[in-house]
Amino acid sequence: MSVQTWTYILVGITFALYIGIAIWSRAGSTKEFYVAGGGVSPLANGMATAADWMSAASFISMAGIIAFAGYDGSVYLMGWTGGYVLLALLLAPYLRKFGKFTVPDFIGDRYYSKTARIVAVICALIVSFTYVAGQMRGVGVVFSRFLEVDINTGVVIGMIIVLFYAVLGGMKGITYTQVAQYCVLIFAFMVPAIFISIQMTGNPIPQLGMGSTLSDGSGTYLLDKLDGLSTELGFNEYTSGTKSIADVFAITLALMVGTAGLPHVIVRFFTVKRVKDARKSAGLALLLIAILYTTAPAVSVFARTNMINTVSDKEYVTMPEWFKNWETTGLLQFDDKNKDGKIQYVADTDKNELIVDRDIMVLANPEIANLPAWVIALVAAGGLAAALSTAAGLLLVISASVSHDLIKKVFKPNISDKGELWAARISATVAVVIAGYFGINPPGFVAAVVALAFGLAAASFFPAIVLGIFYKKMNKEGAIAGMVIGTLLMLFYMTKFKFGWFGGGTPADWWFGISPEGFGSIAMIANFIVSIVIMKFTPDPPEDVQEIVEDIRIPSGAKEAIDH
Amino acid sequence: MSDKKMKATAYWKENVKYLFLLLTIWFLVSYGAGILFKDALNTIKIGGFKLGFWFAQQGSIYVFVILIFVYVRLMNKLDKKYGYD
Repeated sequence: MSVQTWTYILVGITFALYIGIAIWSRAGSTKEFYVAGGGVSPLANGMATAADWMSAASFISMAGIIAFAGYDGSVYLMGWTGGYVLLALLLAPYLRKFGKFTVPDFIGDRYYSKTARIVAVICALIVSFTYVAGQMRGVGVVFSRFLEVDINTGVVIGMIIVLFYAVLGGMKGITYTQVAQYCVLIFAFMVPAIFISIQMTGNPIPQLGMGSTLSDGSGTYLLDKLDGLSTELGFNEYTSGTKSIADVFAITLALMVGTAGLPHVIVRFFTVKRVKDARKSAGLALLLIAILYTTAPAVSVFARTNMINTVSDKEYVTMPEWFKNWETTGLLQFDDKNKDGKIQYVADTDKNELIVDRDIMVLANPEIANLPAWVIALVAAGGLAAALSTAAGLLLVISASVSHDLIKKVFKPNISDKGELWAARISATVAVVIAGYFGINPPGFVAAVVALAFGLAAASFFPAIVLGIFYKKMNKEGAIAGMVIGTLLMLFYMTKFKFGWFGGGTPADWWFGISPEGFGSIAMIANFIVSIVIMKFTPDPPEDVQEIVEDIRIPSGAKEAIDH
Repeated sequence: MSDKKMKATAYWKENVKYLFLLLTIWFLVSYGAGILFKDALNTIKIGGFKLGFWFAQQGSIYVFVILIFVYVRLMNKLDKKYGYD
């Protein structure tokens, strides 16, 4: 059977599965819609969190980025996993004990202020929308390459599927589809990795294969071979970086803290029964994420080595079929500058004849390694699972922010449970349509906004929540000032260096040599300092709020997530 | 201070002590071994891996997972000790 037939079959089966689960787990109340009724087991929640977290970026783009960045790509590996340690130790158990529906709920109640709640809602909306647009785009790319439909049709199909189970099932539907999606995506990522690891090194475990010798009998270590190939072609040595230590440090910190502050991740820990379960569930989530995250750098090494070996200095006419397939998508471009009919793939841009989009590495990898058709189709199904699960989680945050935090808590407090449920469904629908629009007409600055999403989460939520738990005397004046200053500083730096506003600037002008991607860590520190200074000059929080803080520090007696 | 309050304060102190210890390790494996001391560690090779590179792309992630499970165990014990489970 051809790759395309296999893709139709596998994608069809997985989609049918997701829809089946959605019908089985419809939400009947707002509690089911927002927090899946609060009775999700730690393992199911761990799987759902992992699927929620691992987006099209983790599944499709990350290994490709690392393949080209080498050591510098480590910032994503450490940043996107280390944040879970912060989440598990500093946030999840206490927020679960607090027992409300959303992150703005916590901010609004802890800081006894409508303004704080609204600031939090705005941050949650910006972060989630920037993120979801990228997911829809990922769905479109997979559809167009593997099912040969138009990218826009792909986005629309993706929208309909997400709409179906997010609107119908809310958090309950999303949680159980995410469990299925985790299984699909991890299987789809591991199978080709294991195949290729055996092919190249004879070791079936990719994490070890990456550090093994090549199976061609030369006795050379794979990583040494890749370092050699890279320097030979004028690239940087794979295992050393080009970024400054300060910048690597700052980016890693911004990604870690941003991860811990992302509302769609935090809200998952409201769905378990007890505080104890929240801790355990964070551990399980990271374990399940780590399976992919420790395999990805191995995939990068395999893919990069394979690619150089396949194309470097080879005749263009002898290129395999996958090369031509990707050329037609425009993601792979060959320009025979010296007209010798061979592909010169080198670091020097004047002589380099091949441009490879980093996003194709994971998708093309099984083809480059000549794996069977069903494995290639599996990767397509996995990419879709990754993109859809994350999109659904984000849509829920958006709809809850609007229906719960704005409509119920600010504009219309006496709305009935049924009315609120309908409001949640309608806002989810509107959110899907807007996300789809951005998927079809992607703003040219997608990469910049995704970095912004992490920077914003780091600069706004993280300090406010941590201080809210660990610093009893933190008051609303301090928290609001901190969030506003942190967010504005982040927006200023990002727009200055990414869009050239406020006079623009080159990397030479970066403050402390830190790139916009890493600036979230500076903005976060600014938030902490501003919060504490302002707090010193303003009144203490009321007694009852201080008592709430004492109470969330004690795990026993966690009530089910309740409406006030 | 009431008994209940004293118990809560003692529990919180022990909790914060654990957090401090675990986050120190968290910092050392990622920012320490993976970034600040990477070049020094890269002179040591284990199999095909330079050690600093290994910490940055593999080792730190394994330690993160272990840290959370150690935390879960420590806290479950602490909850029991104070009767908060």
